[in-house]
Amino acid sequence: MANTNGKKPPEDQVRPRGVGDPGAMGDFLSNLRTTPAAFRDSLIRHGRPTSDRARSQTVFTNFFMHILPVRTHVNSIKATTTFGLGLVTLALFMILCVTGVLLMVYYKPAVDQAYDSMLDISNTVPTGRLMRNVHRWAAHGMVACVILHMARAFYCSAYKKPRQFNWIIGMILFVLTIFLSFTGYLLPWDQLAYWAVTIGANIAQSPRELTDALGITSWFDIGGMQKELLLGSHYVGQEALIRFYVLHVMVLPLVTSIFIALHFWRIRKDGGLTRPSLADKFEESNALALTSPAPIKTYGLMGLMKGRTPHVNRELRNTITTWPNVIYVIAAVSMVTTLAVIILGVFFDAPLREMANPDVPENPAKAPWYLLGLQELVSYSAFMGGVGIPMVVILGLALVPYLDREEEDTGVWFSGPRGRRVAIWSAAFAFVVGVGVLWFTVSYGWLRDWKATAQVPQMVITLFNPGTVYVALFAAWSLAVVKKTSSTRMGAIALFTCFLVSFLILTYFATVHRGPNWDFYWSESDWPSH
Amino acid sequence: MADELHQHPRFQAPQGRRDFLGLAAAWSAITAVVMAVLGAMRLPMPSVFPESASRVKLGRPQRFQAGSSTYFPEQKLWLFRRADGFHAISSVCTHLGCIAQREDDGQFTCPCHGSEFDADGNVKGGPAPRGLIWLELGLSPEGQLMADTLKEVPPGTLFTV
Repeated sequence: MANTNGKKPPEDQVRPRGVGDPGAMGDFLSNLRTTPAAFRDSLIRHGRPTSDRARSQTVFTNFFMHILPVRTHVNSIKATTTFGLGLVTLALFMILCVTGVLLMVYYKPAVDQAYDSMLDISNTVPTGRLMRNVHRWAAHGMVACVILHMARAFYCSAYKKPRQFNWIIGMILFVLTIFLSFTGYLLPWDQLAYWAVTIGANIAQSPRELTDALGITSWFDIGGMQKELLLGSHYVGQEALIRFYVLHVMVLPLVTSIFIALHFWRIRKDGGLTRPSLADKFEESNALALTSPAPIKTYGLMGLMKGRTPHVNRELRNTITTWPNVIYVIAAVSMVTTLAVIILGVFFDAPLREMANPDVPENPAKAPWYLLGLQELVSYSAFMGGVGIPMVVILGLALVPYLDREEEDTGVWFSGPRGRRVAIWSAAFAFVVGVGVLWFTVSYGWLRDWKATAQVPQMVITLFNPGTVYVALFAAWSLAVVKKTSSTRMGAIALFTCFLVSFLILTYFATVHRGPNWDFYWSESDWPSH
Repeated sequence: MADELHQHPRFQAPQGRRDFLGLAAAWSAITAVVMAVLGAMRLPMPSVFPESASRVKLGRPQRFQAGSSTYFPEQKLWLFRRADGFHAISSVCTHLGCIAQREDDGQFTCPCHGSEFDADGNVKGGPAPRGLIWLELGLSPEGQLMADTLKEVPPGTLFTV
């Protein structure tokens, strides 16, 4: 359709216009008739791609698709390597955004209307119950998948050079996901929400445990400042609700979207997903021309890049065209994820207790499942469990790519059979320590419960409690592994496995075996009735 | 040719004395923006709290007999009158903010994690990092007992009328 020789149309094709000339009216009518096609051609200027080359061109130039590479390494879509966890997490985030906006149409962030609007959504609004349920299960799913994805990336050494900073971005996304979930938790304004956030705010205030012990609270009350910033007040009320609402629907999703974009950008710049070095062998003699001969056209310089795309001077044999192969994978994973949350939403209702009542604390007031492990630690020391240990864990995880710089065997689960053995032994160690310490405290109590140590200063309890015992023992274990195997990678596997196993044990324990007054029960059926 | 180009002043790194004005301008602008952002962050820190006044009136002193203990659920505090004076103890547990219950023998127990306090609020067991807070007592202008729920006094301080 466009002029290929670049010349102007000859003069006689410009018709003279005069009075009564049917040409202009004819033009108008034929323009009107052909508008749909003309609109379509202005929107999609290259037409429907029918060859691999044309499809590749589209991936390269399309606004939405050019985040993807034109050709993808075949390992990147290997299900047994990645389990699609990153894609599942992204799909869940999208589902949360969509259902979230729908819920915003009816939800009202005012203390006298929030709970009623939740009842409204669950019982009166068309598809309201389903949307709320899907939102809730997608939220829990996203937290679970973020943790699983982090574990997958860790065990496949996906944090090694040059991907160190992308690991940090991933940690930031992990923290953002937890905050998103926590801020959303308050919005229903039921008993569960109210008391969970009261506890959370008091955990934010728990640095007072430290400043009190040091005697500096009167001039440096960081704990009090944090609680006031979070709640806009000294208790959980309207100010807190609106702050959590703004964080949950606007600030945190925006920041999360930016970091997701950064995360994908980094994947492209790092040369795609991690894969074993064998998968990328460069054989100059085998360079194949896999595309049809180029048509005559002028070429433009697209850009200059340093680095690690899979295809610069490399063999194309291990790569596949993104369109359609990777598009299919993305579509499949998204569809399965969507189906899963819809099924969950149809069959399982999100909980809603009675409306928030500041005079009647829930007993037990349990945090959402991903924070229950922390809540168990918090029951020993508010500061250590709520602030100290989480900071140590996050710092430790963030430091992994800088403390372990060995470059062998990336993209292989556990870096091989030796790593697998280290992981199994570390899991066993963490299991014994985890269960052992819990059994000890349940059977014999802790410092304040014993006559000899009943009056110890608070600082001793802050520094020496089951949580710090875990940290110390796991650190010692992983240092021992480093020494024994002469490998920082093995030590990292040991530490991460200990963290993962203890997280699972604590979460299970606090979910199943803690009842009213945070006492130990074998099961919920043993709980005393009110 | 590239070498000549890079000798052009525009390609040189800024040098102290030669580019002083330019550097000063740039750093002033950056500092101004940073200070403005920090200043804007003052907004979320509330100056006025949307709560009922922290000072609450509890009634005339004559209402309370010596040896009595009275609970004020809205203010979450216990008022005690002893032979030698009044004192008020907050029932908010110092661990994580649940309401500690007072038993018949005068001791306090918190249902959330089992913190225990004696009749004077000292910690006897559980994860509470410090004892229950003793609140400052005073008299309102018209002679009512008044407690300040945000002001603390050392345990054992008595208010005499």
